[in-house]
Amino acid sequence: MKDALGAVGSVLVLGGSSDIGVAIAAKLAGPRRATVVLAGRHPQPLESSAAAVRAAGAGRVDTLPFDADDTGSHDDFLTKATKHAGGDLDVVVLAFGVLGNQSADEAGGDGAVRLARTNYVGAVSVGLAVARLLRAQGHGTLVVVSSVAGERVRRANFIYGSSKAALDGFAQGLGDSLAGSGAKVLIVRPGFVRTKMTEGLPVAPMSTTADEVARATVKALASGRQVIWVPGSLRAVFIVFRHLPRFVWRRVPA
Amino acid sequence: MPSDGDLRLVSGWGRTAATAAHLTSALTPVDLSAAIKRAGPRGVIGRGLGRSYGDAAQNAGGDVLVTTGMNRILDVDVAGSTARVEAGVSLDTLMRTVVPLGLWPVVTPGTRQVTVGGAIGCDVHGKNHHRDGSFAAHVESMVLETPARGTLTVSANQEPDVFWATAGGMGLTGLISEATIRLVPIETSSMRVDTERAVDLDTAMARMTEGDRFYRYSVAWVDCLARGRSLGRSVLEFADHARLEDLPPAGRHRKRALRFKPVASVPAPPWAPSGLLNRWSVAAFNELWYRKSPRRAVGRVVAAAAFFHPLDLVTGWPRLYGSRGFLQYQMVVPDGAADTVRRSIEALSGNGCGSFLAVLKRFGAGNLAPLSFPQSGWTLAFDLPAGASGLGPMLDRLDEMVAAAGGRVYLAKDSRLRPDLLEAMYPALPTWRVVRERLDPDRRMCSDLARRLPALLDPPTPGAAR
Ligand SMILES: Cc1cc2nc3c(=O)[nH]c(=O)nc-3n(C[C@H](O)[C@H](O)[C@H](O)COP(=O)(O)OP(=O)(O)OC[C@H]3O[C@@H](n4cnc5c(N)ncnc54)[C@H](O)[C@@H]3O)c2cc1C
Ligand SMILES: NC(=O)c1ccc[n+]([C@@H]2O[C@H](COP(=O)([O-])OP(=O)(O)OC[C@H]3O[C@@H](n4cnc5c(N)ncnc54)[C@H](OP(=O)(O)O)[C@@H]3O)[C@@H](O)[C@H]2O)c1
Repeated sequence: MKDALGAVGSVLVLGGSSDIGVAIAAKLAGPRRATVVLAGRHPQPLESSAAAVRAAGAGRVDTLPFDADDTGSHDDFLTKATKHAGGDLDVVVLAFGVLGNQSADEAGGDGAVRLARTNYVGAVSVGLAVARLLRAQGHGTLVVVSSVAGERVRRANFIYGSSKAALDGFAQGLGDSLAGSGAKVLIVRPGFVRTKMTEGLPVAPMSTTADEVARATVKALASGRQVIWVPGSLRAVFIVFRHLPRFVWRRVPA
Repeated sequence: MPSDGDLRLVSGWGRTAATAAHLTSALTPVDLSAAIKRAGPRGVIGRGLGRSYGDAAQNAGGDVLVTTGMNRILDVDVAGSTARVEAGVSLDTLMRTVVPLGLWPVVTPGTRQVTVGGAIGCDVHGKNHHRDGSFAAHVESMVLETPARGTLTVSANQEPDVFWATAGGMGLTGLISEATIRLVPIETSSMRVDTERAVDLDTAMARMTEGDRFYRYSVAWVDCLARGRSLGRSVLEFADHARLEDLPPAGRHRKRALRFKPVASVPAPPWAPSGLLNRWSVAAFNELWYRKSPRRAVGRVVAAAAFFHPLDLVTGWPRLYGSRGFLQYQMVVPDGAADTVRRSIEALSGNGCGSFLAVLKRFGAGNLAPLSFPQSGWTLAFDLPAGASGLGPMLDRLDEMVAAAGGRVYLAKDSRLRPDLLEAMYPALPTWRVVRERLDPDRRMCSDLARRLPALLDPPTPGAAR
């Protein structure tokens, strides 16, 4: 149960080995030794994430198999995750996602479709299931890790960007649908974060770290904000970007 | 199945951490037992006037049963000085009825807007705790609807373990339908108040210890923003019920002397911006308030309502703390741990998180209720805006200090206690859990408080949530 100052008793991370997801879980769980459930596809990385979260002071930490693409399994998965959380899910972090390889995916193959399936279809399926659960609980927050890439989709990575645009729109509507239910959605829009997803890519301006994203997220959970940008200054930047003429925007590099 | 009552967002007086629950109203005792039978997996909790600050009367996803419709005064025995009332009767209603008859509820908290059920559920205390103990000490008997044992009539002699588990039991043993409470005879509805200033904490504590021998009521208002040598500067109030002879001659007939018509409260002015109370406004207020208090004033006669319930004069004042709401921290430490009081005030004045005034008072001995808050020693209480920076870590440190000193925090006010410290603060918790389990083995009674502090229902397991 979340307390008056935002401390929580349990956290579930979907995409449990995500650098950003793990950082959020560690920051949230530390102060009160909260229970953490890390859910993902590959046991090995999940175990090392679990060790990191334990080291940050979490109480009980469990790992569970979860595949965003296997939409038929999501309801059963959540029932199991709730048991492992020891009762209620105070915070659920939707952190899974893939970046894809824009030029290869444009050229052919099923990469683009798989990306869309994970980043959007998978999120819609599990997002709705989480919302039903939180609604029945009468409290709890779904943190959706969106991206500035969806705020205005760029030529250079429009497959990924459009999946985040869709996810962001979904999360906004889902949050609205939960008004008055006690449950909430917090949308987190990071810029370039130095994680394993962006490893080897040229670092973009105003880049940030998983830790910073986590810090801002924990703060927003306490204050009850519904949308945050990390770093916060990106909000103003994107107000400008949104109004750039198309012929300029399409030349913005990756 | 939870009831099909309205799904509503429910929060405590501090307006933090609202959750949604199915809200229904009880009008008769039958409604209480029906609510318990109907309760789904997320259970049911009783709610009076919602004056507890945190989540004691909330139940996310489950049922919240509001008892304020059970508001009949069933019997007043003037000669025997008792009243039998339904649990939803407020102390305000009770006072308006019994004061003109020359009677006064022995224990009243800082607001009249609490129900008798809520007063028992939190085992509330007043400014006379050093003399008269807490609310449960004056409950002759009560009727309780329980999940496993149906309707029980309990008292300090009849099923005493159930009686004491329910006093301070935060609504988790069942739903109280009625209670018979003892009253004290009074000659007037006024108080005879002596006021003095204390320049620092030591002076305040010394004067309170002395004063408590002579007065039934005592309290100190501490300026939390004063630092250094003035740390703990306070205004002390000592009082007794005024006798007829304390009144001006013209007012000395019984009927007039017992008049009890406190003005209906006025709302906080609409132009007052939400979040008005910040560090600067508070500091300015505190300075003014301390200066304007008399260095020493003896025998002032004031209306009881003004003495006991000053905050009831303004409705909606919590709004002044801003949209994130506020919390109250109230702790008690044993007599020998005065230093913990000092360090708490230091932490507050150093943190600058805009606490208004703190209330300091000496408690007398505690009672047999395992979860009752008062124990002999010093209690300190202060309000804080929930958005203040650094609040969480500061209060966590206070928790540790208080627990280490053998003290505890008050669950009626709490909304953020470190869960791992609950059992250290309430060492009789295991005894209470056993009684509770007997009354409610299927866990039909539940609240957000119980979810937030899992040790209330289950013995802590090593490595579990802190
Ligand atoms: C301005 C102010 C000043 C205060 N001053 C003091 C003070 O000086 N001393 C003090 O001790 N407290 C004080 N309090 C706290 C207050 O007295 C308690 O929180 C009290 O319990 C509130 O009563 P309520 O009817 O609003 O109960 P609620 O807040 O609605 O409920 C409190 C608890 O009682 C339980 N409960 C309520 N009704 C029943 C029932 N019929 N059967 C079983 N359980 C029930 C609930 O489940 C809950 O756990 C103050 C509060 C405010 C707002
Ligand atoms: N890094 C950035 O610059 C940045 C910026 C903005 C937004 N984001 C978003 O932030 C989120 C977290 O990213 P990150 O930076 O922490 O990268 P990350 O460490 O690579 O995390 C992504 C995680 O998603 C998991 N995943 C992928 N497909 C999955 C599936 N089908 N089912 C379950 N889990 C799956 C991956 O684990 P497995 O492959 O082991 O399953 C991986 O742990 C992503 O949604 C990302 O789009 C990142």
